[in-house]
Amino acid sequence: MSTLAPVLSDLWDAPQSWKLDTYVSRNGYDGLRKAMETDPAELITMVKDSGLRGRGGAGFPTGLKWSFLPKPDGGPRYLVVNADESEPGTCKDIPLMMANPHSLIEGVAITSVAIGCHHAFIYLRGEVVHVYRRLLAAVREAKEAGYLGSDVLGTGYDLEVTVHAGAGAYICGEETALLDSLEGRRGQPRLKPPFPAVAGLYARPTVVNNVESIASVPGIVSRGADWFASMGTEKSKGHGLFSLSGHVARPGQYEAPLGITFRELLDMAGGVRDGHELKFWTPGGSSTPILTAEHLDVVLDYESVGAAGSMLATRALQVFDETTSVVRCVSRWIDFYQHESCGKCTPCREGTFWLKQILQRLEAGEGSESDIDLLLDVAGNIEGRSFCALGDAAATPVKSAIKYFRDEFEQGLHTPAWELFPYEANAAFTGVSS
Amino acid sequence: MTATTSTASDTVTKPEEVTLTIDGVEVSVPKGTLVIRAAEQIGVQIPRFCDHPLLKPAGACRQCLVEVAAPDREGNVRPMPKPQASCTLEVMPGMQVSTQHSSEVAEKAQRGQIEFLLINHPLDCPVCDKGGECPLQNQALSNGSGTSRFTGIKRTFPKPIKISTQVLLDRDRCILCQRCTRFSDEIAGDPFIDLQGRGGGTPGSDEHGLPAQQIGRFDEAILGFAGGEQAPDGDTVGPGGEPSLAAGTGESTPTLGEAALDASGRPFASYFSGNTIQICPVGALTSAAYRFRSRPFDLVSSPSIAEHDACGSAIRIDHRRDVVLRRLAGDDPAVNEEWITDKDRFAHPWQSAPDRLTSPLVRDEESGELVPTSWSEAVHLAAQALTGAHGRVGVLPGGRLTVEDAYAWSKFARVVLGTNDIDFRARAHSAEEADFLAHRVAGSTMDVTFGDLERAGEVLLVGLEPEEEAGTIFLRLRKGVLAGGVHVSSIAPLTTRGASKMRADVLHTVPGAEAVVLTGLAEGATEAGGVELGDLAERLRGGVILAGERLATVPGGFTALQRLAEASGARVAWVPRRAGDRGAVEVGLLPGLLPGARPVSDAQARVDVAAAWGVESLPDTPGRDLTAMLEAARDGDLGALLVGGVHLDDLPDPALAEAALAAVGTVVQLEVRRSAVTEHADVVLPVAPPTHKAGTFLTWEGRPRAFAAVFDDASLSDGRVLDMIARAADVDLGARSLDGLYAELAEFSGWDGERAGAPQVSPGSGHEPGSMAPGTAVLATWRLQLDSARGQDGEPHLAGTQRRPVAHLSAATAAEVGVAEGQTLRVGGPAGSIDLPASIVAMPDRVVWLPQHSPGSSVHRMLGTAAPGVVDLSVPTSEVQR
Ligand SMILES: Cc1cc2nc3c(=O)[nH]c(=O)nc-3n(C[C@H](O)[C@H](O)[C@H](O)COP(=O)(O)O)c2cc1C
Ligand code: SF4
Ligand code: SF4
Ligand code: FES
Repeated sequence: MSTLAPVLSDLWDAPQSWKLDTYVSRNGYDGLRKAMETDPAELITMVKDSGLRGRGGAGFPTGLKWSFLPKPDGGPRYLVVNADESEPGTCKDIPLMMANPHSLIEGVAITSVAIGCHHAFIYLRGEVVHVYRRLLAAVREAKEAGYLGSDVLGTGYDLEVTVHAGAGAYICGEETALLDSLEGRRGQPRLKPPFPAVAGLYARPTVVNNVESIASVPGIVSRGADWFASMGTEKSKGHGLFSLSGHVARPGQYEAPLGITFRELLDMAGGVRDGHELKFWTPGGSSTPILTAEHLDVVLDYESVGAAGSMLATRALQVFDETTSVVRCVSRWIDFYQHESCGKCTPCREGTFWLKQILQRLEAGEGSESDIDLLLDVAGNIEGRSFCALGDAAATPVKSAIKYFRDEFEQGLHTPAWELFPYEANAAFTGVSS
Repeated sequence: MTATTSTASDTVTKPEEVTLTIDGVEVSVPKGTLVIRAAEQIGVQIPRFCDHPLLKPAGACRQCLVEVAAPDREGNVRPMPKPQASCTLEVMPGMQVSTQHSSEVAEKAQRGQIEFLLINHPLDCPVCDKGGECPLQNQALSNGSGTSRFTGIKRTFPKPIKISTQVLLDRDRCILCQRCTRFSDEIAGDPFIDLQGRGGGTPGSDEHGLPAQQIGRFDEAILGFAGGEQAPDGDTVGPGGEPSLAAGTGESTPTLGEAALDASGRPFASYFSGNTIQICPVGALTSAAYRFRSRPFDLVSSPSIAEHDACGSAIRIDHRRDVVLRRLAGDDPAVNEEWITDKDRFAHPWQSAPDRLTSPLVRDEESGELVPTSWSEAVHLAAQALTGAHGRVGVLPGGRLTVEDAYAWSKFARVVLGTNDIDFRARAHSAEEADFLAHRVAGSTMDVTFGDLERAGEVLLVGLEPEEEAGTIFLRLRKGVLAGGVHVSSIAPLTTRGASKMRADVLHTVPGAEAVVLTGLAEGATEAGGVELGDLAERLRGGVILAGERLATVPGGFTALQRLAEASGARVAWVPRRAGDRGAVEVGLLPGLLPGARPVSDAQARVDVAAAWGVESLPDTPGRDLTAMLEAARDGDLGALLVGGVHLDDLPDPALAEAALAAVGTVVQLEVRRSAVTEHADVVLPVAPPTHKAGTFLTWEGRPRAFAAVFDDASLSDGRVLDMIARAADVDLGARSLDGLYAELAEFSGWDGERAGAPQVSPGSGHEPGSMAPGTAVLATWRLQLDSARGQDGEPHLAGTQRRPVAHLSAATAAEVGVAEGQTLRVGGPAGSIDLPASIVAMPDRVVWLPQHSPGSSVHRMLGTAAPGVVDLSVPTSEVQR
């Protein structure tokens, strides 16, 4: 039986939790102090030993990623924090930066020291202006207090941090598109190789990490890799933010060790909203195959969710009860992917354009006999054929929804979704519809 | 001769070979080869759209997917989980590739991509220029399904957009392969067009929501952004005759200086834009000149060589019923790769212009008018007049001849007319230049090639702006620069856009002082005449110097060049502007030079040539050059002039030429079209344009570029016409057939006697701008690639894409004259003045640059002076009041 493990979110209920003073009063920046006295290679080993895996979706071991940087050649090396959080359902980095920005900034400072970076960037999705202001203020505070700037903690280490606001494109969360965008170019994914570790920002060695990954680093350094590795399961270590949203009594962030089950989290969140029952859910945002009530006890770590046919990804648990039309839900998700497809490659650009039209007619009860197989075939021609993972992500909800709820798609041949599942009954908040 | 030091290419070791299997067939290819190329080696064509062998891989269209298995670290061959784009994947030893021929997964993946591309592609193939030669059409048939499962609403756009006056874009046909944008970025270096918008857009007309990803020029009006206003464009190009959307003009055009605009008022696009049309794998990019004119399957294609510069680019001429409909780039890796200039592509109508001469003309004695006559009469009259003035005929063949025709001119002058008064140079020239050509250029075939430029280490340009005067050199140099194989320096008065695109270091030099700079470099100096040279002298060792024909205007220029070549060991190539110039040197169209590098002044050489020509002797005194001939004609010292392709405005002194033509007894003209010379001609003999004859151009490298006649009609080459005149004068010129000519020409290869001596002119110090009177300036000028040349006649769409003529000067000079950016500057010379908008750039003070022969700026005729003369600068009174 797992319980919560508040680490990053521990501070959130403190008054003015975002202030430097608050952070420092809870042992903030101890990790950085320790890091300044540690050999950079040792820092990388520490993070490797902790078992921290990237919190941005793919779950790539963070320490290993850092170790891919080529040997220093005297030229610049960069850390870029991916704070573009735009995946439907994913909502952990924004509250984290809002409530506890200094955990990220301390993480940035430690990581920079570890990889030999003197100019780090935080690429923030542009719509969240309030978070932008908060990050700017936090960077200023940290600089004034000597945690950043030309003489970090009096050691002579020079570290500049730039907070960059994007212009609102999901694709700019993809790390190479992010780098192009940060360089002032069109945000489209780059051809790999070369990988960012070799030629990233301005063609220099670059580490790109998610906000939560970096914010987890100070704890590892100050409390030790063992402390971090004591949480979680065999291959999925540590604490993570689980974001529950949708038809759940108390939606929000639940920080817990990896390996907790959805049932446990749902219980803590007060269960599915009153008088309703679970129909389906996503383990990690709209890009992960949906699961159903039969998966309530799946252990939420990378391996187990994978074995259940989905992905842990960003732990964005979207909960849908029985009032939800799967067809309508998938149709909205595809609207999103179609809108956000960058357009670089054929399958994603044209495939989502096509999927959207098929789903719209199924939602309206005007589908034709062949439409469901067509959906599967179009999704199959996107998945694994597109240039980047956005295309794959678009195919995912279509395929998994048909797998579990094919009959509902079949009803789309004659009955509009709004008749089968009246939209007012589905609204998570009263007074809000469609 | 130049001792060729070992170049980088000699030491490159053979690349490692990698062996893999494709569809079960084993193939070995050099390491680094892409799978799609390796498949071609065994005859397997993987369908593709974005892939282009000369562009960087993009992996955008996903059409080329194949299944791949490759050995892992332990050597176990493991299938990759997803199909791979073969255009981005490099071969690995032991890799097993399964294409559509052996893999159902690959076949289905490809079929799926074609289907995706077609859901939004209009079915307007029957009216599309590309229909019949369209990769999308072809691959839809070979690798696609017979029917579409798409029943929804397509994405549509208002069509077409006029990107420039020449290049039109139908966005609905575009499959967003990015070939055009990658070409613009990687090859030409022009911000011609780019991707804009995002994703697939909205079904139906894209007039709401986010603009779909599309090609364009960020025109606010076309993207529908606030403040963008559609500029009306009178020219209709739509299928129903409706006006096109004009990109880049009107209210929304950002305020750019005049210097950045083209003639149509758009931001200047590119001299190479036509290549995007050719590589577009669908009919999204079309040219105004060819749009709706023809179906590809009605065209006959003939390979040929472009006639507009000395680069000898391979082209393909597409024609139908004796009319040229379009020209395309040919594929010649050694010369132009697959690119040509817009001039080589679009400037072909001149060859069939309405003023093309079709029958011989003679001047009617009574009316004084030119009247058509028979060939026999015209030839008879020409022979009579020319032989009547034996030894007193000036011969001006011009610089656009094939080697064969030039050879006939050379022989005709010596054998029939008994004179060495012959000079192909129909532009500024000098005796020093002629010496240099005889000493260093004649017979020096292929010392430097296009390929060499890419890896030359250092290339120094003097008197040459490659983007304007030799576009193919520009593309090669830029390619080499981007690949790190070469660095470019240029001795020029200002940094042109072309120089910036080559990342050239420009040694800003006052016109006329180039010789001082070259001498400084030869002496290993780090500074000369106030110009910083840095370590250029050092870098030039083993490098290449490209000298343009304009160096002839600099006293001591070629002498200093020769010295520098000897001092640095750098290889030297002379880059003239016209297609026939290099061949003319080889066959001796110079007053002191016979064919095959044989000096007129060398008795043995004369005996040699006389023997080959079956005559007893040849005139032994070196002849006069162009200017001397014109002066002699004007002064009554010549009896006749025999004139070929000479344009008076190109000459250093057009007024002198007019006077000479008016004064001389007889003018016999051999021309394709009526020209200013025709007004003075007594006998006019029409000759064939390049499409109507076979022949050979020599490139600046000395590379022969033979081409066959595209059309076979009664038109006669220069050689044939001269042969007829010779026969009427009882001389057999042997120029009736090309075979006869080749046999003769072969005899002139290799001259083991003395070469002509090197030029010996001490460098003039040039003008001292500092001590010149305020309000005066040294003139700098050269031809732009697209200008008022007669070779561009009949192509208004091309003309719209030329740069706006402006006058460049430095800020200090502008201040001295009192002219502001964009204001009219008046440049005055002995014959008159030129008014152009002032463009202030970094260049030496008291120097002004004008386009030599652009609309409103024909420098030699209008000013009566040539570079590096001194001109007056002022602001016209009307402008002062403004
Ligand atoms: C379409 C797309 C969107 C993405 N968006 C984000 C994002 O908003 N934030 C993020 O951290 N990673 C995002 N990623 C994943 C990143 O590419 C990258 O894997 C990640 O930033 C690496 O950080 P990590 O190793 O710390 O997880 C996205 C990937 C794709 C394909
Ligand atoms: S899959 Fe292709 S079109 Fe979609 S976002 Fe990635 S690169 Fe762009
Ligand atoms: S215009 Fe043609 S070349 Fe350019 S992206 Fe579209 S299809 Fe490709
Ligand atoms: S040809 Fe390979 S992706 Fe386009």
